[in-house]
Amino acid sequence: MKAWLFHLVALAGLAVLAAVLPAYHANNLARVLVLAVYATGYNLAFGYTGMLSLGHALFFGAGMFGAALPVTLWGWGGVPVLALGMLAGGVVAGAVGLLALRTKGVSFMIVTLMFAQAGYLTLIWFNAVTGGDQGLVLPGAARRVLGIDLTQDAPRLWLALGIYAVALLLAVALVRSRFGRIMLAMRENEERSRMLGYNPYAVKLKVLVVSGLYAGLAGAAYGLFFGYAGAGFATVQYSILPMLYSLLGGAGTALGPLIGAAAMFWLIDFVSSLTNAYLMLVGVALIVLVLFAPRGILGFVRERWLPWLP
Amino acid sequence: MLRLEGVSASYGAVTVLRDVALEARGGEVTCIMGRNGVGKTTLMRAIMGLVARQGRFMLDGDDLSDLPAHEVPRHGIALVPQGRRLFGPLTVAENLEIGLMTRHRGRAVRERVLDLFPRLRERLGQVSQTLSGGEQQMLAIARALCMEPKVLLLDEPTEGLQPSMIAAIRDVVMGLKATGVATVLVEQRVEAVLQMADRVAFMDHGRVAEVLAVADLRADAPQFAAYVGV
Repeated sequence: MKAWLFHLVALAGLAVLAAVLPAYHANNLARVLVLAVYATGYNLAFGYTGMLSLGHALFFGAGMFGAALPVTLWGWGGVPVLALGMLAGGVVAGAVGLLALRTKGVSFMIVTLMFAQAGYLTLIWFNAVTGGDQGLVLPGAARRVLGIDLTQDAPRLWLALGIYAVALLLAVALVRSRFGRIMLAMRENEERSRMLGYNPYAVKLKVLVVSGLYAGLAGAAYGLFFGYAGAGFATVQYSILPMLYSLLGGAGTALGPLIGAAAMFWLIDFVSSLTNAYLMLVGVALIVLVLFAPRGILGFVRERWLPWLP
Repeated sequence: MLRLEGVSASYGAVTVLRDVALEARGGEVTCIMGRNGVGKTTLMRAIMGLVARQGRFMLDGDDLSDLPAHEVPRHGIALVPQGRRLFGPLTVAENLEIGLMTRHRGRAVRERVLDLFPRLRERLGQVSQTLSGGEQQMLAIARALCMEPKVLLLDEPTEGLQPSMIAAIRDVVMGLKATGVATVLVEQRVEAVLQMADRVAFMDHGRVAEVLAVADLRADAPQFAAYVGV
């Protein structure tokens, strides 16, 4: 009960922020919320199940183009393209997982990275359809979901918050379920889990598909919300970002990815206004955080004060 | 009853078990003894399918020889490995729940298991890596019992524990006999073997060299000493 209350209060806090933030920050918050959906899915695989993937950019890209291509090719829009994008992320994650999960640890990381690179190069190769490096600009008319005009800052932010709220609460429900216990068992020790009757391959494949659905939804939402889909979103950088968000906010905590995404986003925003060498300062800040709170911000809070936090 | 015939097991090119034959009968404790390195732990792992293995593994007439490791526990064989091997960051309750889910057991089984280990009931919300060594061993056994196994494999369960904990574990093992569970116990302490076991299988160079009833061993102390190296 405490855990649910904690997350509902956090969502209420976000709603208050959404209501009072000026346009510039409201737009940033919408971006952060969509990236937090992506990182929340990544965290299910990485923080809760122990799969260190560098292939999630492929799932994100699959979601983005799974939504953008029906828009540009057939003039679709709205909920169907969001659903298609989400499905594309899940299907691609399942296909990658079928092969990549025959490996684990560093090998898994490398295999997923190679799949993602292959996906990125495929997007570039078919530039006549995907727009290649330049990407696709999505027409404003297609950027409406349930009557909400996504070209406007405020409606976009509220829809982003709605999607994040659902994604967060589903993630909390999943990690608190019986299956969530098995995820944690896998993370801690695969052989021990096998000894107790659980099939690591099957469990991790299920989690990877769920994680892919999150990434696909986030990719689709990002494209529709901000009107652009590009191959650049399928590069390795977009696999590293959700990992950083999870580590910074607290891997294996449900709200951690949002905190990590927000902290990183506004840290870069703030420091880049001070100096061109902002990435160096951001790097120093991350090193300090890792030294003093290696479990991330919310991981530190859980360790010290809130041991019941999922 | 668990029956092993012609079992061999290896780690890569190194063969550890050779043509092992063994029976573990319901309601009995079968103890595995032998010097370090003879393959006792490997035998436990081979039964669970956790090492490359050949031979026949029969449980109550069902052939488990070709099952993947994760399906062995679902047929009713549970292992309490050497060194406890809990999920450290998970609570006592969560560790038990993982055991319960293996064979879809519920609250009633959990309550029965907790009745055997009242100390665990007091610590359900505690993270398991913060338990004492003895409590961790109790939890490892409790987690295995949550599966309601037909065969319980215990790999040196009393190693490094204080006498009161050893006594508690001995009481649980003795209690299991009455419920018809076949217990296979790897144990080095002679007095523990004499107290708990019905039969003792002596291993040497990866084989079961001889199986003797405990009553016979009591009568032939020199042979017993020769096998366990004392």
